[in-house]
Amino acid sequence: MSQTTTDDVLAPLRRVFANDAAKVAVMYIAIWVVFYAFGNHLGYGNSGMLSLVRRVTFLAAVYGIVVLALNIQWGYAGLFNIGVAGFMAVGAYTVAMLSSPPAGSPPGLGLPLPIGVLGGILAATLVGLVAALPALRLKADYLAIVTVAISEIIRITYNSPAFSDVTGGARGFGNLPTSPVETLLLQDPTSPASEATSLGETVFSFAAEYGISQFAVVNTLYTVGVLLVLLVVYLLLERAGKSPYGRVLKAIREDETAAQSLGKDTQNFKVRAFALGCGLMGLAGIVWFAMGPRASVTPQTFRPNITFYIFIALIIGGAGSNTGSVLGGALFASLLFEAPPMIRSIIQETFQVSANPGNLIEALIPIASGNLAPLGGFLLNNIDSLRFIGMGILLVVLIQRKPDGLLGARKETAAGVPLTADTRPDTGRADADAAAVDGGETDE
Amino acid sequence: MDANATIERGVGFARSSTGASIVTAFGAVLFLDLVAKLAGVSLGPLETPWFGIWFGGDIAVGQFAGFIWDGIVIGVVIGLASIGLSLTYSILNFANFAHGDYVTAGAFSGWAVTYVIAGIGGLLAITESAVNAVTGLGTYRLEDADLVRLVLLQTAPLEAGANMWLSPAAIVIGLVAAAGMTIVLSLILDRLVYRPMRDADGISLLIASIGVAFAVRYLVALVFGANRRIVTSSEKLPSANLGGVIVDAHEVTLVVVAAILMFGLHVLLQRTKLGKAMRAMADNRSLAQVTGIPTERVIKSTWIIGAGLTGAAGFLLVLSQGGLGFQTGWLLLLLIFAAVIMGGIGSIYGAIAGGLVIGLASRVSLVWLQGDLASFARPTAFALMILVLLFRPSGIFGGVKTA
Repeated sequence: MSQTTTDDVLAPLRRVFANDAAKVAVMYIAIWVVFYAFGNHLGYGNSGMLSLVRRVTFLAAVYGIVVLALNIQWGYAGLFNIGVAGFMAVGAYTVAMLSSPPAGSPPGLGLPLPIGVLGGILAATLVGLVAALPALRLKADYLAIVTVAISEIIRITYNSPAFSDVTGGARGFGNLPTSPVETLLLQDPTSPASEATSLGETVFSFAAEYGISQFAVVNTLYTVGVLLVLLVVYLLLERAGKSPYGRVLKAIREDETAAQSLGKDTQNFKVRAFALGCGLMGLAGIVWFAMGPRASVTPQTFRPNITFYIFIALIIGGAGSNTGSVLGGALFASLLFEAPPMIRSIIQETFQVSANPGNLIEALIPIASGNLAPLGGFLLNNIDSLRFIGMGILLVVLIQRKPDGLLGARKETAAGVPLTADTRPDTGRADADAAAVDGGETDE
Repeated sequence: MDANATIERGVGFARSSTGASIVTAFGAVLFLDLVAKLAGVSLGPLETPWFGIWFGGDIAVGQFAGFIWDGIVIGVVIGLASIGLSLTYSILNFANFAHGDYVTAGAFSGWAVTYVIAGIGGLLAITESAVNAVTGLGTYRLEDADLVRLVLLQTAPLEAGANMWLSPAAIVIGLVAAAGMTIVLSLILDRLVYRPMRDADGISLLIASIGVAFAVRYLVALVFGANRRIVTSSEKLPSANLGGVIVDAHEVTLVVVAAILMFGLHVLLQRTKLGKAMRAMADNRSLAQVTGIPTERVIKSTWIIGAGLTGAAGFLLVLSQGGLGFQTGWLLLLLIFAAVIMGGIGSIYGAIAGGLVIGLASRVSLVWLQGDLASFARPTAFALMILVLLFRPSGIFGGVKTA
């Protein structure tokens, strides 16, 4: 009896969880709760807490966007692109060159931001097209090597002193456009401490009641904007996935030869998917690096490492699923990227770890005398390295044990009509079922 | 006369493949330009709407020879390292993105051994200390040296005596240790990571190798620290000036040792059945297994050969370049891939030749990439790799499997 009552109670919950929006919402709320607890434990005040939660949310959202873009290429079209960093760099640099004030150094063209953003996306798409047209003829692993080489060529070009008048060279593009939030709320968008506009006045005075500074308000609103961009990209891709174009992509993912035999020009579809993905990567590069709280466009940012973070996020979420991509991006950014330093602070505070050996050997020697504190202190101080080791091991374990990720195993059928519905006459179906139950063979 | 024939051939070639002929024509122009530069002939400027192009110019023969020698030195290291990658690529069917970190691991472990031996005062001192420790007579010299700093490569290079001239024995032992440690590492990783997924597709293995690369790289950073350091000392190192090219003992050691290793590998693969078994496996693993080839044992041999040479390459790289950091091998990885692809995947001789081509390309390109453009030496090598992939995916030797 109790079995059925629990079932009854859980049924609506299950139904809610079957809904993708609910999954994502629950994930974000869980992340906020966890980080609120972290901040609470460390005694953060209102504005510290806000900046912590805002940082995690921002990172989760931008990872979501770029993982979605990669999902179009790898999850749907099966194109193994490990040059993500390069395409993000093209987006971020182009927007900086187009929309930065001409007075700064390096000078921008001073065009309105929408044009700059559009230009950045187009530039990334174009670079993607140039890379894709010849490279897509190659085998998957060759494509991987070519894309990572292209991303390095892009990075080294931006890094080169030869073009430093235009790109800023190794120091990066120091003169970035202001974000729309700054333009709306501040009279002088270039300085965060400037006088507020009339709209800004209302918002800032409202926030001040909760002890939140002007600076935090601007960043928080920008993060909300990034969440909206994520939502738009997600809806766009969900819509595209259900369109005839998306159905062909899914068909290619399942069996390229079969799609070809149905008369689909798979090469053409793959080039378009690659270009679309690259354009979205450019967009992600723009909202991530070219403006907002993390604005910093330097060549060092776009090392291949960041590409691999994005891959790990996609593999966690499951290649081939848009919802999985958003979940994977959020999980990676929060638990793997932002949580370890927080956990370090919490452990250090709780256990009063003060030991700080200079190297692993000095940390290991005291173990012989039963003193674990130096090793603990050493590991905590090197939590950055540990985090990367952990990511590596996680990637291996995931690909060995759960290559489909959290949601990748879910079949998103390419057909427009449900395939599970039985359209045959009842009698035949019943016979076939009976035969199957008896262990007999149904005819193919 | 000669030009006519060339033009005719060129026209035929251009008809059959436009892209490749453009690339070839560009290469030919560069070559003629190089010859003109060496001869000191200068034409131009040829006016274009934006800037004038100079053909030819002036470059000292000595400077050019210096580029060639540097190219050979780096090329030999890349070639040595790419043998392992080429072997695993053809036999296990995946692009091993952790290969660069095997180079790093070999370099660190080998130099740690060299530092300890040289820092204590050579083999003699170690033997003496060991005898003294056992017999209880004499002094126990190990206590004088700061072993921890030596093992972690924190001692100053000259103080540790990390120099071919001061402690050749320590360097030779370090080289062997580098190969040995890398072999052990590769076998452990094969057992833990790659063996459970033998039948997986290339992309899954590639992703797993990216995970391995992260884990190994940051494990090295955890143990040895994240700072980049100068490991070798060139103090008192004999060097010769051959017509403007400065050749030092470390570079000569590198080239000689690499040549010996490559020759040894050649003999090993020609004289034993292993080479044939490897070729068979590269062609078709199931068929090889059916015909009685112990595939797991061949895979193990592949890792041993490949990782051993890779570790040695890491050690030698540091010997000639001096600097070592936990990212060293990772930064070399794309050049190694370029060499493997250039030579044709699975071909050992192709990998060696590809390494030389990539090394030479990255240095000789400095003839054109002067001043601010010098940072484009690496992209030149990458671009060369992309061109080979596009126009001749089976490698410059046409994919003859010579393993």
